[in-house]
Amino acid sequence: MAAAPHNRWVILLTFLLALMLSAMPLPEYVEWGRPQWVALTLIYWVAALPNRVGPWQAWMLGLLLDILQGSLLGIHALSLAVIAYIIQLLHRRFRMYPVWQQAMLVLVLIGTYQMALQWAQTLTGTGSDTLLFLLPSLISTLIWPWLFVVLRSVRRALQVR
Amino acid sequence: MAHYRGYLTLLVTPVQWLVDVPTRVWMTVNSKITDRDALQQENGRLRSDILLMSRQLQRMDDLTTENARLRLLLNGSRRLDERVQLAELIGVNADPFIHQIVINKGLRDGAYLGQPVLDENGIMGQLVEVGPYTSRVLLITDNQHALPVQVDRSGFRALLLGNGSKQSLRLDHVPDTADIQVGDLLLSSGLGGRFPAGYPVAEVSEIVHDPGRPFALVRAVPRARLDKSRHLLLVTRQEPPLLDGPIADPVAAPPTASAPASSGSSASGGQP
Repeated sequence: MAAAPHNRWVILLTFLLALMLSAMPLPEYVEWGRPQWVALTLIYWVAALPNRVGPWQAWMLGLLLDILQGSLLGIHALSLAVIAYIIQLLHRRFRMYPVWQQAMLVLVLIGTYQMALQWAQTLTGTGSDTLLFLLPSLISTLIWPWLFVVLRSVRRALQVR
Repeated sequence: MAHYRGYLTLLVTPVQWLVDVPTRVWMTVNSKITDRDALQQENGRLRSDILLMSRQLQRMDDLTTENARLRLLLNGSRRLDERVQLAELIGVNADPFIHQIVINKGLRDGAYLGQPVLDENGIMGQLVEVGPYTSRVLLITDNQHALPVQVDRSGFRALLLGNGSKQSLRLDHVPDTADIQVGDLLLSSGLGGRFPAGYPVAEVSEIVHDPGRPFALVRAVPRARLDKSRHLLLVTRQEPPLLDGPIADPVAAPPTASAPASSGSSASGGQP
């Protein structure tokens, strides 16, 4: 991987967009199913460029998300770093998977992420008593193939390295 | 810690600002293309509102003086006029379990931790995180929020708890014999030292007397339009707050042990 970095701002830009999408106000009934944009984008970039985006970058991104959402400082950071680490371990296999199989892995990862968040929220007394909090992971799974295609074409068009 | 955390929000203030751009553009466009008829109608409505309110204000002047005089007679504590500042909503917490909003006032505008936030109908919540330019409001419907209130009609005091639903609040530890009815207005009692006394908070919507439970189940609907108001009021208290502890202390409310004596308390502290 001796290639010099090229067009790295694209990565930052997509993360910024993801942060904005996750802070966008939505009607209450849609809010329960809001896809985890930041986690999805992170999964894509770690799988595509594991030497550029990894747990450290995920940690910083998670801190931003924590501040943005006013959650327990560090909980998004920790969960995203774990996701990034797992994907970094698996990225060769992950790239070979067909898109639907990737989506299944995304379901598991984002499900774990939501569980971790839910634990932290229960600690601070604002947990949910239904399993409905897992809904975003299902929606994220459905969105993954489209997001994957879009981000891949962006990466190829701009030759992000 | 909460103080330093406020400065961290500087990092995400641009994001919040960007997210708010479409709404602001829409509002600008909307105000530019409103037609003349609608404006005139609104103008007429506002004029009649002003008339009604100035009439109330005239009575209010009289009552305020009388109140001050009576308090002087009773050697009671003074109740000063609060200073009010207008703030605007710029963000809503994306997590459905956390009822928080972000407003465009911060340390630069004199906002402080624990400052009460109102809209035109009643109390909305308090500041839990104050950054240089923005701050975060914990709404009264959040699971973590509690607010000492008093029934306007009878003077009965209780704690109003948020329970994570946007349209309902719960009154804590209300005995079955308490003087409270559906439709009663709940005012802030000011006992926690954080919220000013006498502002409307909620209206009692449902009372269930279940023989199997030690207390009555009382639900209330918030008066403030928590999910609709875009313009909010920040109230600055002139007197120093009674309690200067961490944020979770609005719970420092009236002892519920005094609740069974509700008829007595209404005789001594309630409205005639």
